[in-house]
Amino acid sequence: MSSATIVSLPDQSTARIPKTNFITKENGLLSWLLTGDHKRIAILYLISITFFFAIGGSLAGLIRLELLTPQSDLMATDTYNKVFTMHGVIMIFLFLVPSVPATLGNFLIPIMIGAKDLALPKVNLLSWYLYIAGGTLVLYTMMTGGVDTGWTFTTPLSTHYVNTNVLSTGLAIFIAGFSSIFTGLNFIVTIHKMRAPGMTWFRLPLFVWSNYAASILMVLGTPVLAIAIVLVALERTVGIGVFDPTKGGDPLLFQHLFWFYSHPAVYIMILPGMGVISEVISTFSRKRVFGYTAVAFSSVAIAVFGFFVWEHHMFIMGVSNYSTLVFSLLTMLVAVPSAIKIFNWSFTLYKGSITFETPMLYAFGFMGLFTIGGLTGVFLAATGTDIHLTETYFIVAHFHFVMVGGMLMAFLSGIHFWWPKMTGRMYPEKISQLAAVVTFIGFNLTFFPQFILGELGMPRRYASYPEEFQILNVFSTAGATVLGVGYLLPILYLTWSLKYGEIAGSNPWQATGLEWQIQSPPLTENFAEIPIVDHDAYDYEWLEKMELAKKQQEVSSVG
Amino acid sequence: MSDSSTLVQADHAHEHPPYQRHHFETMQQQVDATGFAMWLFLLTEIMFFGGMFTAYLIYRNWYYPAFVAASHQLNIFWGSLNTLILISSSFTMAMGVWSAQMRKQGTLVLCLVLTFILGLGFLGIKTIEYKEKFEKHHVPGAHYSLNSFLNPDSDKEAKDAGDKPLPLDMARHTEIYFSLYFAMTGMHALHMIIGICLLGYMIFRARQGAYTTGHVSFVEYFGLYWHFVDIVWIFLFPLLYLISRHQ
Amino acid sequence: MSEHHESHAPEGHDDALEGHIVSPVVYIIIFIALLIGTAATIGASYLDLHEWNPIIAIAIAVTKATLVVLFFMHVKYSPKLTKLTVGAGLFTFLVLIFMTLSDYISRAWGRW
Repeated sequence: MSSATIVSLPDQSTARIPKTNFITKENGLLSWLLTGDHKRIAILYLISITFFFAIGGSLAGLIRLELLTPQSDLMATDTYNKVFTMHGVIMIFLFLVPSVPATLGNFLIPIMIGAKDLALPKVNLLSWYLYIAGGTLVLYTMMTGGVDTGWTFTTPLSTHYVNTNVLSTGLAIFIAGFSSIFTGLNFIVTIHKMRAPGMTWFRLPLFVWSNYAASILMVLGTPVLAIAIVLVALERTVGIGVFDPTKGGDPLLFQHLFWFYSHPAVYIMILPGMGVISEVISTFSRKRVFGYTAVAFSSVAIAVFGFFVWEHHMFIMGVSNYSTLVFSLLTMLVAVPSAIKIFNWSFTLYKGSITFETPMLYAFGFMGLFTIGGLTGVFLAATGTDIHLTETYFIVAHFHFVMVGGMLMAFLSGIHFWWPKMTGRMYPEKISQLAAVVTFIGFNLTFFPQFILGELGMPRRYASYPEEFQILNVFSTAGATVLGVGYLLPILYLTWSLKYGEIAGSNPWQATGLEWQIQSPPLTENFAEIPIVDHDAYDYEWLEKMELAKKQQEVSSVG
Repeated sequence: MSDSSTLVQADHAHEHPPYQRHHFETMQQQVDATGFAMWLFLLTEIMFFGGMFTAYLIYRNWYYPAFVAASHQLNIFWGSLNTLILISSSFTMAMGVWSAQMRKQGTLVLCLVLTFILGLGFLGIKTIEYKEKFEKHHVPGAHYSLNSFLNPDSDKEAKDAGDKPLPLDMARHTEIYFSLYFAMTGMHALHMIIGICLLGYMIFRARQGAYTTGHVSFVEYFGLYWHFVDIVWIFLFPLLYLISRHQ
Repeated sequence: MSEHHESHAPEGHDDALEGHIVSPVVYIIIFIALLIGTAATIGASYLDLHEWNPIIAIAIAVTKATLVVLFFMHVKYSPKLTKLTVGAGLFTFLVLIFMTLSDYISRAWGRW
């Protein structure tokens, strides 16, 4: 182990990928499509969400290209509406919600808690098929004319005024919603009932805690979105009048139901990412996460608070002033557990032996960008500033800082971190560090100008804008190009590394999680023998002892 | 727990019963996990219906006279009979779970068949009720008719209840009541239909003796689902039929 | 699994695996209670009790639902986790209703 880095690869001249692992166990397409193995399902998810990310990303590219000039010259204004709607629907329901839970969570949670599989493997596979069905419907929608309501389906626009494919998109989201319900349900059951002997709640890695919190939100929130969509569909087809003001219905009721899910949904998106960051920060600082219990409980606190704040999306929509007051206060409270996490990660870094591998670079990106995204959220929670800033590019910048700067960075961090475990091979370090830096620069260049644009009053969701905003929009579009390169690079070199990457060995990072104590890629049943856990999470002394014991055993067996 | 698991192993004389999935360490773990999963699924169902209950509460407070008049259009006899039928079916289902636990195959099949018939009976009565609404143009949409609420004397149910004519804009809000009525009872009926299909499958399997060899999970979880559907109706009945029968 | 000690499982049957076995007598009592509850709620709706009408209707429905949950669905004999799950569902349901109503109730108060 060199002093500069903690990567400890096996001797590359003799190193081999283990002959039996979950990838080589069975062959053929059917063995993948009918699998119950959580690791294979995770890989299926990884491929499919990357596909949808590419589509959503291309749409984002089109949006930025259109906004390069003040006039709407690249596409007609209604096409622009469809493009940003499809961008939102795909990125939120088909990428961000399943991103970390369905790929990394699926792959790692059973291993981290010392189980052979998720509790309900068939339900897990069903959830992937539901995801694919939802995704296919979204593609169908796109090909048959798209939808232009925005991803929020605001009534009465979606029920009365547009004649695009609201129904098929609604059905797609309904189905994809059940996919996410089943994933969440599976995680909760698994974490409760499948832990290995000795794996108590406070020995769980924080990644498991944050996925648990996100799963609670998936199970309790998503059905409300489902019923809201059903009511929109009935309103559109039959005209039931529940959301129709001309019949005495209240269009705001839809928003209440919609945001009851969709606000917790942003925590569904960010919480698993926070879990990734906890693992990465601890591993590359060689320290136990500072205030483990506080970080664990802050995940649960975010999940609980998440259900009490949704009305801040509706402050200017005509809700009552008094409830605005309550929701504004509650919204600011969510900043507390989020800040606890950021502070604890910073304290973990303090006096740690920090190394700067790619996952760590992404994690640093996350911490900086998420903090900015989170703090601007407090501006929006304050009702006075909200009236000025809402529905402008400030909002767009805010949630892209949290979702792209936060979640996507965390996702990439996690993918790099666990890539050796998932594939048995290392990604190329230098170019991936470059990609992390390019992403960070590109991201800031894209979205920081949007804060200023929003503050200056440029409204979101228009294809054209006054000429004085052009300079900042040019910056933003240029940044999007850089960002695009930053995302293309990992897709290319990670694919390359599948064949040519160095062989990783079981624990290249010298990390403590149970997943690092088994071979990479793991066996189908994960553990040859169910482990008995006798140490806390992030216990590096325990790891050292184990390594030492292993070496001594080797020496004595050779001797 | 240790006592009971040794008991099981002694009882079945081999370590893994055929219905134990390979990724569970013990049968106990499998039962715990799947049972918990069923409860979590019911949680999502609570929230699914929760959205409609919220809508109901808001509009009932806004348009109370319209809700009263509209609820008088529902037939209290059919409603009460359906409540009776559904409670009975819940009872027979509970007895079904009991017979599966006691390994009484004949009783189990009988209970499931009774539940099946009661469920069909409920849907049959629901169909009669829906048909009435169709005939009186009380189905929301383009053909919705306000006649029963503007001229209660021309309408049998409204006349019997002694309704007074509603002002036009309040009468129009009865459509919201019927929207919620159809959405809620329709969603409830959909759950009943799914339940009845599963019951058909279970009767078939129970006759083969599938649930009376000690592995009752499926019957038990279906019972939970069926009781949940019953509970939804326990709330729907007073909220839709009994808003105010005295006015 | 301490909750299972009081069960009346026949010899050789493992009650932990087959769920708690509730005697049919309990089921019959609950069934009768539900019937009485149904009769009571129908009867109460024909009396003019002003604002108490909906409260009584909901109270009876909640009682009936509780009986079904506790006995037909065995929650009374279930582990704490099941009880907690039911509680969590109820809690979130109430959050949805009351936080939404907080807007609707106070809209009439106007602006300040």
